[in-house]
Amino acid sequence: MTIKEIQNELIDEFSMFEDWEERYQYMIDLGKDLPLIDAQFKTKDNIIKGCQSKVWVHAEMQNGRVVFTADSDAIITKGIIAILIRTFSNQQPNDIIEANTGFIDEIGLKEHLSPTRANGLVSMIKQLKIYAIAYQTQLN
Amino acid sequence: MFKVEDLRHDFPILSRKVNGKPLVYFDNAATSQTPQVVIDTIVDYYSNYNANIHRGVHTLSQEATDLYENARVKIQEHFNAEFAHEIILTSGTTHSINLVANGFKDLLKKSDEVIVSALEHHSNIVPWQMLCEQTGAVLKVIPMNQEGELIMSEYENLLSNKTKLVFVNHISNALGTINPIEDIISKAHEVGAAVLIDGAQACPHLIPDVQALDVDFYVASAHKMCGPTGVGMLYGKESWLKKLPPYQGGGEMIAEVTFEKTSYADLPHKFEAGTPNICGGIAFGAAIEYMNSIGFHNIAQYELELLDYATNQLLSIEGVKIYGTSQHKTSLISFNLEGIHPYDIGAILDKLGIAVRTGHHCAQPIMEFYNIPGTIRASFAFYNTKEEIDMFIEGLKKAKMMLS
Repeated sequence: MTIKEIQNELIDEFSMFEDWEERYQYMIDLGKDLPLIDAQFKTKDNIIKGCQSKVWVHAEMQNGRVVFTADSDAIITKGIIAILIRTFSNQQPNDIIEANTGFIDEIGLKEHLSPTRANGLVSMIKQLKIYAIAYQTQLN
Repeated sequence: MFKVEDLRHDFPILSRKVNGKPLVYFDNAATSQTPQVVIDTIVDYYSNYNANIHRGVHTLSQEATDLYENARVKIQEHFNAEFAHEIILTSGTTHSINLVANGFKDLLKKSDEVIVSALEHHSNIVPWQMLCEQTGAVLKVIPMNQEGELIMSEYENLLSNKTKLVFVNHISNALGTINPIEDIISKAHEVGAAVLIDGAQACPHLIPDVQALDVDFYVASAHKMCGPTGVGMLYGKESWLKKLPPYQGGGEMIAEVTFEKTSYADLPHKFEAGTPNICGGIAFGAAIEYMNSIGFHNIAQYELELLDYATNQLLSIEGVKIYGTSQHKTSLISFNLEGIHPYDIGAILDKLGIAVRTGHHCAQPIMEFYNIPGTIRASFAFYNTKEEIDMFIEGLKKAKMMLS
């Protein structure tokens, strides 16, 4: 699936929820369920300091696609990460570079991507794009 | 004693909703809310008096100057400073601390020692670190115990004739501990060291008498005591303020300028370069008047009731761990729920209209001491109620259920 298709799928999924509690519960469950990153990549180098919660990101290239794994010490942040990984991981570098994150607003989680939230997610998205740019440069 | 229901009407913001829920504001240690009388003072200033001060001969300028200087006197009287010119109006506590730290640059020499406490806010660590780097002085730290209290015997061991300065907060912003500053000040004076007390967290709850304390410098921010942001004060003993060099150059702080030499203005203007936050200063005075009209004795008594009530309620939730368990505490609780990140709790409480602070509270050394990423901090003011605490406890239970 393309990034856009996955994002539409997520918008559909979240549209079933009636209120914030259901949305949050789903996000928390996503965060709990996913084994997001291999322990060996949970290093100081891979850490994004978000002031409030920490985020770790690892990237590698597999068959022309960037595969991201990530983790956080806060479960809600982890839930958002699960959503971001689902859209951005296993995609071609160029598609990642061009993708936007407007769908997060549409699924009612906008507040978590605010730069003032200091949870590391805004920096994380930047980091995903930087990885994509780096891999794209290798391809060129 | 006041009636909290009546008093809440003084604060327009307390009737607003957040995320569809009535606001429960428990982030008072970060900033307090503003009563109508202070808002009115701000509006009145810009509507009727706005002018630059200390220089115009026109009526507006003179009226604005009178209001501003009158505010300084209100602040002087509140803190019981000997002279109004011992009150320097600054942009806040951080500015006040930096002003003093900068002033000591020329007074410190290599191998002199500066003591701070383990309970400090970053704003009371970083300026001294910078000062020590610049002067070659050595920074020493008074350690704390598990309860979040300073270990006074260790403090006494650190003191020597090398000690030139001691910097401690009156009340810890992260844990709420009230430090024994009388003792800290008198022991420092025995070895001839000067003392700066950061009163940002104390002034909303009590009145420090700077003469009785015999403190050399005392600093505070208006926005934590019902005043506006961007204004605060530095109290300094006249003898110290005369000794310290000016912090910033500019208008207002000079007596005479030629290209060869400038002579500085008298206190307090020597430290108030440029156009100050005139409206802020005047509103600071109004905020102090408002708090005194309620009475600090009443405020302290009521807030302690809230603290006891909230502490008991909190401890009834399984897995709650409170950090900062001193017998001498202000109305602030720093805590965690076992196995849950404070950020997650904060995010869910926000959805319920409850404002708390989560994170390291600009006091990372304290978090390192307890080996935690941060805490949830609920801080109460005199306009909070037990009903709000009940809502907060319900919110926590809900968050715990969702997150575990």
